[in-house]
Amino acid sequence: MNDMTPTREQREAKLEGMGCKRKRVEDIRFTQGKGSYVDDLKLPGMLHGDFVRSPHAHARVKKIDDTEALKVPGVLAVITAETLKTVNLAWMPTLAGDVQMVLADGKVLFQNQEVAFVVATDRYAADDGINKVVVEYEPLPVVIDPFKAMDADAPVLREDLAGKTTGAHGPRKHHNHVFEWTVGDKDLTDAAFRKAEVTIKEMISYHRTHPSPLETCQCVCSFDKIRGELSIWGTFQAPHVIRTVVALIAKIPEHKIHVISPDIGGGFGNKVGAYPGYICAAVASIVTGKPVKWVEDRIENLTATSFARDYHMTTEIASTKEGKVTGLRVHVLADHGAFDACADPSKWPAGFFNIVTGSYDFPTAHLSVDGIYTNKAPGGVAYRCSFRVTEAAYCIERAMDILAQKLGMDPAELRLKNFIKAEQFPYHSALGWEYDSGDYHTAMRKMMESVDYAGLRREQAAQRAAFKRGETREIMGLGVSFFTEIVGAGPSKNCDILGIAMFDSCEIRMHPTGAGIARVGSKSQGQGHETTWAQIIATEIGIPADDIMVEEGNTDTAPYGLGTYGSRSTPVAGAAIAMAARKIRAKAQMIAAYKLEVHEDDLEWDIDGFRVKGLPEKTMSMKDICWAAYNSVPPGMEPGLEAVSYYDPPNMTYPFGAYICVMNIDVDTGVYKVRRFYALDDCGTRINPMIIEGQVHGGLTEAFAIAMGQEIRYDDEGNVVTGSFMDFFMPTAVETPHWETDFTVTPSPHHPIGAKGVGESPNVGGVPAFSNAVNDAFSFLGSTHIQMPHDYWRNWKAAKNLGVFA
Amino acid sequence: MIPGPFSYHRPATVADAVKLLSTLGDEARPLAGGHSLVPMMKLRLASPEHLVDLHGVAGLKGIRRDGNTIVIGAMTTQHELLASDEIGKSLPILDETALLIADPQVRYRGTIGGNVANGDPGNDMPALMMTLGGSYRLEGNAGGRDVAASEFYQGAYFTALEPGELLTAISIPVPPVGHGYAYEKLKRKVGDYATAAAAVVLTMAGGKVATCQIGLTNLAETPLLAEDAAKAVIGTSLDPATLKKAAAAAEAIMSPAADARGPVEYRKHVGGIMVMRALQRAAGRAS
Repeated sequence: MNDMTPTREQREAKLEGMGCKRKRVEDIRFTQGKGSYVDDLKLPGMLHGDFVRSPHAHARVKKIDDTEALKVPGVLAVITAETLKTVNLAWMPTLAGDVQMVLADGKVLFQNQEVAFVVATDRYAADDGINKVVVEYEPLPVVIDPFKAMDADAPVLREDLAGKTTGAHGPRKHHNHVFEWTVGDKDLTDAAFRKAEVTIKEMISYHRTHPSPLETCQCVCSFDKIRGELSIWGTFQAPHVIRTVVALIAKIPEHKIHVISPDIGGGFGNKVGAYPGYICAAVASIVTGKPVKWVEDRIENLTATSFARDYHMTTEIASTKEGKVTGLRVHVLADHGAFDACADPSKWPAGFFNIVTGSYDFPTAHLSVDGIYTNKAPGGVAYRCSFRVTEAAYCIERAMDILAQKLGMDPAELRLKNFIKAEQFPYHSALGWEYDSGDYHTAMRKMMESVDYAGLRREQAAQRAAFKRGETREIMGLGVSFFTEIVGAGPSKNCDILGIAMFDSCEIRMHPTGAGIARVGSKSQGQGHETTWAQIIATEIGIPADDIMVEEGNTDTAPYGLGTYGSRSTPVAGAAIAMAARKIRAKAQMIAAYKLEVHEDDLEWDIDGFRVKGLPEKTMSMKDICWAAYNSVPPGMEPGLEAVSYYDPPNMTYPFGAYICVMNIDVDTGVYKVRRFYALDDCGTRINPMIIEGQVHGGLTEAFAIAMGQEIRYDDEGNVVTGSFMDFFMPTAVETPHWETDFTVTPSPHHPIGAKGVGESPNVGGVPAFSNAVNDAFSFLGSTHIQMPHDYWRNWKAAKNLGVFA
Repeated sequence: MIPGPFSYHRPATVADAVKLLSTLGDEARPLAGGHSLVPMMKLRLASPEHLVDLHGVAGLKGIRRDGNTIVIGAMTTQHELLASDEIGKSLPILDETALLIADPQVRYRGTIGGNVANGDPGNDMPALMMTLGGSYRLEGNAGGRDVAASEFYQGAYFTALEPGELLTAISIPVPPVGHGYAYEKLKRKVGDYATAAAAVVLTMAGGKVATCQIGLTNLAETPLLAEDAAKAVIGTSLDPATLKKAAAAAEAIMSPAADARGPVEYRKHVGGIMVMRALQRAAGRAS
């Protein structure tokens, strides 16, 4: 050893492996405007497509006249359902087992539904063309209020389903009914309610909203007639699934379909599904033999592709007088819009909503969900959440506050009393899940100490007294939220999409000089995979993260994966990466043993290579092993250093967290001020704390938006009244509160590196924290539940209804 | 989100601009900052055949003091208002209001002329001009004329501008030294139009209100002067009962539409609150 020998700490630091706040490598291009998005792609001879959309929410389409449109210079074709029928593509299957019109076939079922696709030599001509297509409509009565959709005399929306008493998820009990899904023990739960000392019941709505990523949905389709190959560049969160879907519905052999997701400007669930734009662009390219681009504008994105939530949850809790919960009963009316296009694993019509028992030890529970059709856009996507988990978390966290209020207990105390205890893990919930790990009491108490919870409650009591004395017009609320998520879909025993198990994958190739490439089945839309995936590999095989290139999104080169959504990348793809890296290391160990002339078992791993046990000077670095892999492997061993892993997770992972929001509301205007927001997250092993913090900031900002104003709202005629950023609340940095972040670490026992996923936690846990803060602020005036969103005028209205202006 | 076809013109003088507008008639629209017109064109809610871009007209820029009057060229941007020492000194309420218009990017481009001429009830400057007793210079083929801001607005997007006329400058009498002022704007977020806003300019004498003007933004199809509300506070020290009376008088003339910002009763209620808060803050600034 001499002075030049790096210390263990220096060697460790050089790797920038797990736990390092490594700067995001992709930001070098993003911050310089050098990202490469779908709309940056310009192919020779490329055409542009744009939609004629319905102004009506429900109408019969009597006639489509394209005569004038075809006279517009540059307009080449107007595609309608009749055109698509010639290739059997007027309708397409949805991920939820329903079918959906690609273009209006006889009628339209929601405002801005796709009616015709105009193909032109440039975007201007396409838009000129759509303005010249004349469509004759006969308006029909609309169904907007989900609570009236199953009235006996409600208009029939889906005429194509006439006579079908069974859908993809069992019996249909009304012409506007999609499915009923029940979980849990009804008899036991009913008995718990009969015996209960205290019960609460509240209809808790989680309104319709939208993920609204910065970049809208878009694609370029290019069909090569000579080779018979279709290339699709698109904003796909799950490119392999898109390839398989295209192969199944367009009858093109799957090896002749090339799907490429380039850089994606945010997804949040919006870019999981398949949309009419993709089908129409593909058909247009097949018909014209030229590449066709389709790019959604903001209004189209907000009104036609993929709403989220719209769950109306009648929630009941049974409890003892002392506040020990004894039963939970939830009925959900789920508004699916015109087609059931929810992006859930196929067997889960309401996603993982049965996580609704949350963080609490409910001895019994029963859940039923009725999905219904209305004259609204289809979707029901998992907007920064794992398949209806955010609805479930909101439901139980709001209900626990309502119970606390009825019992006269502090909401934090009620939670502490009912938490699943650390020693109960793995915990089997009443609705069928096996929670992998958790330490809820520790996280909750850390949150309470960090913010001086008792002191905040004292301040609130003083504020309320001052309000009653007329000394202030501000009221103060504390919003406590303790969420448990279920992410990482998922084990093949219960998760598939169209029959494909929800594994994920990684292929690693190490090059002779010690650098390498990792190709992964996930697809970053801003999550920073190029940074974090390399960190996992760095720690596992001792090669600096900077020497590992991560590639995703090209179905020709990446191993088959199910994509990125539902916080599944780290739990599933992250595991595949670690397992592939371990295969690399196992082979490397054999090479090192051969080169060092010892038995494999005499070697031990040491940060960035192997050393001989008891002889610390006798080492071989991973970099040198890479070289040796290409020139001097042991006799009988194949040269090279590559590995592939497909990882089928044994269980989901269950991240959790303790959040609190401190808010003041001016009753005269309804204007709120978020004074403090503290978020403690436990996502198990932390790969990159800086990226986790960024994820939490982003998710909390979305949660703030949703809880405090963001909604897709329809008027009685079915017109979307929040169809642009003028009306759809998208907070800027000015409105966004300051976020305080904290953490505990409870690793997942079944995940190779103990990580659980974090991207969606802040949205899931944040919404109830904001809503509980508003509700807590008003509770002393006699209110039990105020529906979201809590924008200014609704807060004022709540104050007025509670008599503060009397 | 793609506009229809149009021809583009870029005159160099006011005379050329006016000539173009009157020759091209109804199918021509002048283009200032473009923050209202261009989005309308992208949505094809407006499809002018001709755009007359005013950015090349040097004579439409600038801020000058002419005796006791401030004259502002129509193509002066909100950013230039904020950068002007003269405005900061003589008309600080313009700065306060300009800072509540959208964000810096918008203010670099958005002009005061476009803001007042478009007749959009959501724009902030029209009510302010009425409160300050400002007037607009309109140039047409047949010559120029001056119209008081208080007589300019006829309905949503309907103004006293005749076809072919161009609003070229705004004149504002300088309020007395020691006046109090405030622009209170309730909005949901940066970039949003007012849910309700009130402008107040007043003078105090011996602890009581001597003169007062109150303007209201986005609470009717046009900006409003709340004259009864202003009268109600003259001679008072703005005690709580007077403030309530002024708010009620202001609410009586409001007729906002229900929109995503809230139902009618809410918008009127907070309109009254904005009046009370603007009065109190203006009085606190008066000397």
